[in-house]
Amino acid sequence: MNWAAVLHLALMALWRNKSRAMLTTLGVIIGVASVIAMVSIGAGAQKRIAEQLESMGANTLVIRPGSVTRGGVRTGMGSVTSLMRTDAEAVRDITGVIAVSPAVRTSVQVRYRGANWGTVVEGVTPEYISVRNWPLTEGEFFTEQHVVSADHVCVLGQTVARELFGLASPIGETIVMKGVACQVRGILSVKGASAWGSDEDDRVVAPLTTVQRKIMGIDYVDSIEVQTAGREATYQVMGEVKKLLRQRHRLLEDQPDDFRVFNRAELAKTSEESAKVFTWLLGSIASVSLLVGGIGIMNIMLVSVTERTREIGIRMALGARRRDILWQFLLEALLLSAAGGVIGIFFGLGGAVLLSRFSEFPVSVTPWSIVLAFSFAALVGIFFGLHPARKASRLQPIEALRYE
Amino acid sequence: MTREIIKIEGLHKTYALDGVQVHALRGIDLVLEQGEYLAIMGPSGSGKSTLMNIIGCLDIADAGRYWLNGQDVTQLSGGQLAQIRNRELGFVFQNFNLLPRTTALENVETPLIYAGINKRERRSRSEEMLKLVGLGERLYHLPNQLSGGQQQRVAIARALVTQPSLLLADEPTGNMDSATSAELLTLLDKLNTEQGLTIALITHEADVAARAQRMVILRDGRLEASS
Ligand SMILES: Nc1ncnc2c1ncn2[C@@H]1O[C@H](COP(=O)(O)OP(=O)(O)OP(=O)(O)O)[C@@H](O)[C@H]1O
Ligand SMILES: [Mg+2]
Repeated sequence: MNWAAVLHLALMALWRNKSRAMLTTLGVIIGVASVIAMVSIGAGAQKRIAEQLESMGANTLVIRPGSVTRGGVRTGMGSVTSLMRTDAEAVRDITGVIAVSPAVRTSVQVRYRGANWGTVVEGVTPEYISVRNWPLTEGEFFTEQHVVSADHVCVLGQTVARELFGLASPIGETIVMKGVACQVRGILSVKGASAWGSDEDDRVVAPLTTVQRKIMGIDYVDSIEVQTAGREATYQVMGEVKKLLRQRHRLLEDQPDDFRVFNRAELAKTSEESAKVFTWLLGSIASVSLLVGGIGIMNIMLVSVTERTREIGIRMALGARRRDILWQFLLEALLLSAAGGVIGIFFGLGGAVLLSRFSEFPVSVTPWSIVLAFSFAALVGIFFGLHPARKASRLQPIEALRYE
Repeated sequence: MTREIIKIEGLHKTYALDGVQVHALRGIDLVLEQGEYLAIMGPSGSGKSTLMNIIGCLDIADAGRYWLNGQDVTQLSGGQLAQIRNRELGFVFQNFNLLPRTTALENVETPLIYAGINKRERRSRSEEMLKLVGLGERLYHLPNQLSGGQQQRVAIARALVTQPSLLLADEPTGNMDSATSAELLTLLDKLNTEQGLTIALITHEADVAARAQRMVILRDGRLEASS
């Protein structure tokens, strides 16, 4: 087959019907552009979720008090005060556990001189930094010694620091929460919005004992976060934790757990899965328009074959084989869809960039979405071009020549 | 020794249209030798075009045998027939059948594309051929920018550019005035005598037929007289 020549014939045929070719291509352009734009939106969401889960610390288990049945009444989750700091200490001894962070939290009004700000105070231990994968930008975290002696010290999240101190450095200054004055030792780095939209930087972190005794007046903990050696270890540690806590809480065989253990890695997986589904959904909706574009190509190619029946007859009389005719028309359809694909990629990328600039959508252009959209366009061209091309190639020479 | 280009024995062709059978060819026997110039005459509807289309491998007979250059054409596949049309045969039609909106040069190049010949050679051979038929100055004209006689000469150039062993012409001068017609016939004479081209030509006009070496008459699907 003389490819260069057949390609030239196909190009010439399209050139002779420029405006028709352009209008036909428009369908594919819109299809490819919308696939790329939609998938970019989905991939953007996916990426944001992955980043947030990463920053929350993957490979962590979260233990919370569960519901308990007493006298036939099942209380709501978290209403039980069954978790103690000693539970956390015990969990640390399980193999595969790297760090453990027991925590309590309550909302407070923080005051510094004339300013005040409503936020959350968390009572934790120094391992918090490791479990949360959250370094400081300034100053230092409090030590185990501070926790032991329930010292009046604290570390600020970026939002709180900004609201109370503006551009000035808060290190060494004293803030007041529920009448308790704490000296600021450090500032946490920026974490941004959580996967659920709340501001992670809007918090004060103080020693567990300080918050328990002086601010909240309790002796239990709200949660225990456990950092494990890796994704695999997490599952094994989870089982050990359950066994250990049942033992420590003296639960009988037939009694349900009075605590719940969540696997953040699992949570990460589910969120990522749903984001992926979201991406595919957007992509497939956009693909429908690409399909419609393909039908447009088929329509025009069928018209073209009928119009050019005589031309086909002449070519056959001059020695064109069926496959020469087939390829000429198939190539025309392919050129239409490929041109639509290339132009569509530019529009899709442009659309994605505009969207990320002028809206809240996190947009992420992935190379595979471009490859996918383009190949899909080419496939659409082949699929919808094949029928008209076969129709052309099956004509009988003499009948095509006689066609009026 | 002369070589048989065409040998036909007992050729039949029947058209069925809405249940009505038209027996267009009823047993044709014909031999055409290399270098011959044959004119086929006969009344309208006698089956001349039907015979020509079968000789040209554009259509297939219902019964009978047909050898082209010693090859049994009735046994060939569609692809092989396409190759024969491309290499062995050249066609000239009454209505020219040039590709519309395609230059004279590209029209002449078309059969060479299907012969798998490269661009350079296509170009030079086509130019040469157009010069031979006297259109060296009209290479880039479109069919609708050429006169009828010029269009038919492009068609002849296109038919001969692959150097076929046989030129088939179905009323090539049917759409021309007598002057243009004479010009074209002179060209065919020249190709026959100077290049030894074998020609089979259909015509209604006795003076056209007179130019040929031999004439046959078709009547009701049968070859009647030959001279
Ligand atoms: N495709 C077809 N379907 C049905 N009948 C046909 C077909 N082609 C030709 N015929 C019939 O076959 C017979 C021979 O036709 P043909 O075209 O060979 O005649 P012809 O000798 O070339 O006539 P003319 O001199 O007018 O061109 C005619 O009766 C015609 O009606
Ligand atoms: Mg006829």
